[in-house]
Amino acid sequence: MVYNPAMQKNSYRTGPDEQGHFGKYGGRFVAETLMPLILAVEQAYAAAKSDPAYQAELDDYLAHYVGRPSPLYHAARLTEHFGGAKIYFKRDELNHTGSHKINNCLGQILLARRMKKTRIIAETGAGQHGVAAATVCALFGLPCIVYMGEEDIDRQRPNVFRMRLLGAEVRAVTSGTGTLKDAMNEALRDWVANVEDTFYIIGTVAGPHPYPSMVRDFQSVIGEEVRTQMMSAEGRLPDSLVACIGGGSNAMGLFHPFLDDADVQIFGVEAAGKGIDTGKHAASISGGRPGVLHGNRTYLLQTDDGQIIDAHSISAGLDYPGIGPEHAWLRDSGRVNYVSATDEEALDMFQLCSQLEGIIPALEPAHALSHVAKIAPTLPADHLLVMNMCGRGDKDVFAVAEKLGVTL
Amino acid sequence: MSGRIAARFAALKAEGRGGLVTFLTAGDPDPGTSLALLRGLSEAGADLIELGMPFSDPMADGPAIQAASLRALAAGATLPATLAQVRRWRADDDATPMILMGYYNPIYSYGVARFIKDALAAGVDGVIIVDLPPEEDGELCLPALEAGLNFIRLATPTTDDARLPAVLRHTAGFVYYVAIRGITGAAAADDQEIAAAVARLKRHTDLPVAVGFGLRTPEQVGAVGKIADAAVVGSALVQLIADNLDGDGRAKDGLVPAVLGQVRSLRSSLGTAEG
Repeated sequence: MVYNPAMQKNSYRTGPDEQGHFGKYGGRFVAETLMPLILAVEQAYAAAKSDPAYQAELDDYLAHYVGRPSPLYHAARLTEHFGGAKIYFKRDELNHTGSHKINNCLGQILLARRMKKTRIIAETGAGQHGVAAATVCALFGLPCIVYMGEEDIDRQRPNVFRMRLLGAEVRAVTSGTGTLKDAMNEALRDWVANVEDTFYIIGTVAGPHPYPSMVRDFQSVIGEEVRTQMMSAEGRLPDSLVACIGGGSNAMGLFHPFLDDADVQIFGVEAAGKGIDTGKHAASISGGRPGVLHGNRTYLLQTDDGQIIDAHSISAGLDYPGIGPEHAWLRDSGRVNYVSATDEEALDMFQLCSQLEGIIPALEPAHALSHVAKIAPTLPADHLLVMNMCGRGDKDVFAVAEKLGVTL
Repeated sequence: MSGRIAARFAALKAEGRGGLVTFLTAGDPDPGTSLALLRGLSEAGADLIELGMPFSDPMADGPAIQAASLRALAAGATLPATLAQVRRWRADDDATPMILMGYYNPIYSYGVARFIKDALAAGVDGVIIVDLPPEEDGELCLPALEAGLNFIRLATPTTDDARLPAVLRHTAGFVYYVAIRGITGAAAADDQEIAAAVARLKRHTDLPVAVGFGLRTPEQVGAVGKIADAAVVGSALVQLIADNLDGDGRAKDGLVPAVLGQVRSLRSSLGTAEG
């Protein structure tokens, strides 16, 4: 690894460097047409970050529109069921729009307004980011175009309707393989053609610099709240954190404020689909290798020839062949443990959590819960475990019913 | 360093006409047809050849070239196969400049040093890598220049005067001006805008300027040939390949003549500068 003074050895929280690198990951691998705009977003974000008025406006919307802070809830029946660690859920599924995605969309749309952009584009997989983007566009009266793979449109019908109801135009993406990666390609193509008036609200901690760190900053409210809430509930920090990972924004939001707390164990759970061995999965770290896509270097699912392979997961929100570059760096540095859970394990947890806690989780955090199920029984009762319940499962009931052979 | 590229632009200048740069995707629609097309291009009138390296996720390309990439990949295209195709073609043509165009990941996966060495050995003169802006020059641009492989940069309407010197600094061979804000195959800009843009570039560089993105017809190429050093046509030729496939996606007999015929017609629009 190149010597990188911005990434100090005594902290995991100082990245990226000025070029947007986390170690060798990240960067700005975009077409020249976009480059001036990327630089403008970086400048505008740097200015906004140091402007108390911007932060105050964001905090106000987070409190009164989103409903933050979200609760930190002791899941007593699951704790009893697994018989080990004391399990807490960070309830980001209770946010307005039903997931953590709104945290980021609010931050970005306030930035777009500062930049006087008049048209918003977004990509979406499960539709949670699309819904959050459509929501903030409705809030501020800006036109919103959401690119969504045609396969995802089919399996996330409730969210497609929600986006349209909110006034967004949902454009079906049929190019490539018609999934999230193609939706992102299509959004980038739109942006290249509309650089003057358009702001691209990327939904995860990926893409060209400054997106990975900017989205991380907006999502870090999750981990910051957990610190405060756990101190007040238990008088100390948690012992372990667990979150699911597609691109990795909910996980980065939970993890980042704890990266320098060496005693906190951290687990990121990728989607193993039908199993890593089958090749039908979305686990970029467990089953991929470093490459360059969508503006950044990171772990990717790819062939020997460097062609991107389609991800597979029952959860459309995890169905992406890459992962945020900061996760790639945290993996190589060993700070975060990256593990995986299969479709089947997630389906089991989807039902278990509904029955024992009265919380229908989205299929994405159901993956995180699968890992909790594996480690909690091995841990002592005084071990404090926090799992990010990053989305609610209403959007998944049709797809899950179908999987379980139930006709609605 | 630019060897064949510099020689070809010098010859065009002596002839007093703009050059024709053609783009096709390597391995599209199948290896045999693609090699036959490549072998016919120079005789049909291509002054420089751009060969696309297929990629699964071509973010800067429109539907025509996206489809070409997918066809080529489905027919087994790989980066080694593209280099082999160039090597076989180069055995019969030592003069026409060959420029590989594509995205970074297949090269990064192949290994940068190995790619530069193998590309030069195959007879490649330059590369255009869409997703490597000057901010990432350390990746491929600088090692390529050091090894004698031209790194040709795209300049765009959004590249303002403040940024232009950085874009041009490590550009070699020629500058490729992207005439539109958008992806390949979109509608063309008008001649006046292109003329102003080329004049702006010429104030910053002595390198030849080729103009592309959105050029389809002999008329457009003829007009650009009077304004710039060369005109690039890609999507329109690639679309002709798509139009000459049978129901199973196989090349019809008329495919190669159709594409090369169009190249002839594009070339005929580039008379002398006076004409």
